[in-house]
Amino acid sequence: MFWNKEIETLSRKKLEELQIDRLKKTVKKVYDKVPFYKNKFMETGIKPQDIQSLKDVTKLPFTTNDDLRANFPDGLVAVPKGQIIRLHTSSGTTGKPKALFFSKKDVDVAADQMARCLIMSGMTSEDILQNMMTYGLFTGALVMHYGAEKVGCLVIPAGPGNSERQISLMQDFGTTTLHITPSYALYLADIMESMGIDPIKDLKLKRAFVGSEPYTEETRKKIEALYDIDVYNSYGLSEMNGPGVGFECGEKHGMHLWEDNYLVEIIDPQTLLPVKEEGQVGELVLTSLNREAMPLLRYRTRDITSIIPGKCPCGRTHRRINRITGRSDDMFIIRGVNVFPQQIERILMSTQRVGKNYQIVLDALDDITVRVEISKDMFDGNMEHLVDLQKEITGKLKAEILVTPKVELLEPGSLPSFEGKAKRVIDKRKL
Amino acid sequence: MDAIKQISIFARNNPGQIERITHILAEQKINILAITIASSGEFGVIKFLVDQCEKAYECLKSEGMTVSLNDVLAIKLTDKPGGLYKVAKILRERKVNIDNAYMFVQESRKQGYLMIEVKDINKSMELLKGEKLQYLKKKDCYPRTKKPVKSSQSGK
Repeated sequence: MFWNKEIETLSRKKLEELQIDRLKKTVKKVYDKVPFYKNKFMETGIKPQDIQSLKDVTKLPFTTNDDLRANFPDGLVAVPKGQIIRLHTSSGTTGKPKALFFSKKDVDVAADQMARCLIMSGMTSEDILQNMMTYGLFTGALVMHYGAEKVGCLVIPAGPGNSERQISLMQDFGTTTLHITPSYALYLADIMESMGIDPIKDLKLKRAFVGSEPYTEETRKKIEALYDIDVYNSYGLSEMNGPGVGFECGEKHGMHLWEDNYLVEIIDPQTLLPVKEEGQVGELVLTSLNREAMPLLRYRTRDITSIIPGKCPCGRTHRRINRITGRSDDMFIIRGVNVFPQQIERILMSTQRVGKNYQIVLDALDDITVRVEISKDMFDGNMEHLVDLQKEITGKLKAEILVTPKVELLEPGSLPSFEGKAKRVIDKRKL
Repeated sequence: MDAIKQISIFARNNPGQIERITHILAEQKINILAITIASSGEFGVIKFLVDQCEKAYECLKSEGMTVSLNDVLAIKLTDKPGGLYKVAKILRERKVNIDNAYMFVQESRKQGYLMIEVKDINKSMELLKGEKLQYLKKKDCYPRTKKPVKSSQSGK
């Protein structure tokens, strides 16, 4: 099912024509209306008319978090104040929040692309959405709310917390769809169990949109099993309208990123050049193509992902990105090669017979050691199998990061475990 | 022909590992009959033949160790020149390949046993049928395991 079949399945050629048209308009607009961008253009000697093809995007300046903070509160707004109808903020880990402004059209575009996402997941106007995100300055709850209303669902604006009330809302109104954080979804299942409620038999849930916090594929599968529902990954950021920038279709293999609204680049965060091939891992950079109040050029999301090459069986032509696997700030360089811990993690996770915990040690001689715990259940007492495993991991890692690592196999439980954000990289070179 | 159980433990190659394991076995009054260590740089596999293998397995596991229990053949050797040669010749004739082997001597050098690890224990036992070989019997290896082994240590 499609919300806007024409746009969602537009041929690549037409989609790119639309992109270049919108890119030119956006560039001209920020040049004329936003002194910050005009100054940046002047510094680099770029003029709006230099942008003639999509490839020319690399001539444009980047916009960073710091730029947003430096222009706080409204330095990047490109429309008269009277046209702004909504403020959202995005908190940072340091300093002031980022202020994001929406015009009436921006709110509508955000809701419209959210509606595409919801229909893509199989929702219809018959569905009942319980929106358990925080309503307020964050974009999460409100953009979802507006998108679901566009679809015509019944929206229950529950907000987070008060688990017993959440559960009775689900029971009383026959909620079919949840918008929830992963940790709350797991917690709520425990509460249901303690209340003697079987989420599979006693509720009518079909799906959940899980987001706002990073979570793993294993967590997705766990939530799916606990509630017997489909869980869809989504990608969004307040700087680019909030949730619904990218969303999974029924294939659940990568998130379609709405390329009529965003120009997608994947760059090497060190050189700031585009990655050489489609599919390579790097930092996601987005240029808004359809934002009125606050367009942003080449916004560095700091999110690490890659484009999934090839067509999606669902028929949508908008390219898919992989699950966000980390922040570009986590990148390290070993013997001149950029490496993301997530590349190593992906290899380890795809290897049988190793556990989930690992550590990367970089030492003074620019050597990389990957320490990984073997999986307890897979140990068969055979030394040869362990040596083979070590070789297998070494070979796969070398193919991925182009440097031969030393691979150490460890006993399960011997590496420190982390509750929250894990510290995986120990860089002894900095000492 | 009995297959004998052997305990294998995965361990980092650093001081104190054997101590850690043998301490647990000593506390549980498990007797070690033979030990061998295979090492590959940073890690190794320590193998034990003990008199109460199931109990040893459960204890080590509940202590959080990475343990496995495998079948091995224990072929009796006469403790005199040519004893091992005789057995090795039969193994070659029967095309039984040795993946790993070690020996242990019992009863003050009256006789020894060649412990061999093979890929497919049942096939090897089949191949060796009819040969005049003697094997360590389960009842001699595990004199104390007539009572069912308590596995209360196994956690969940």
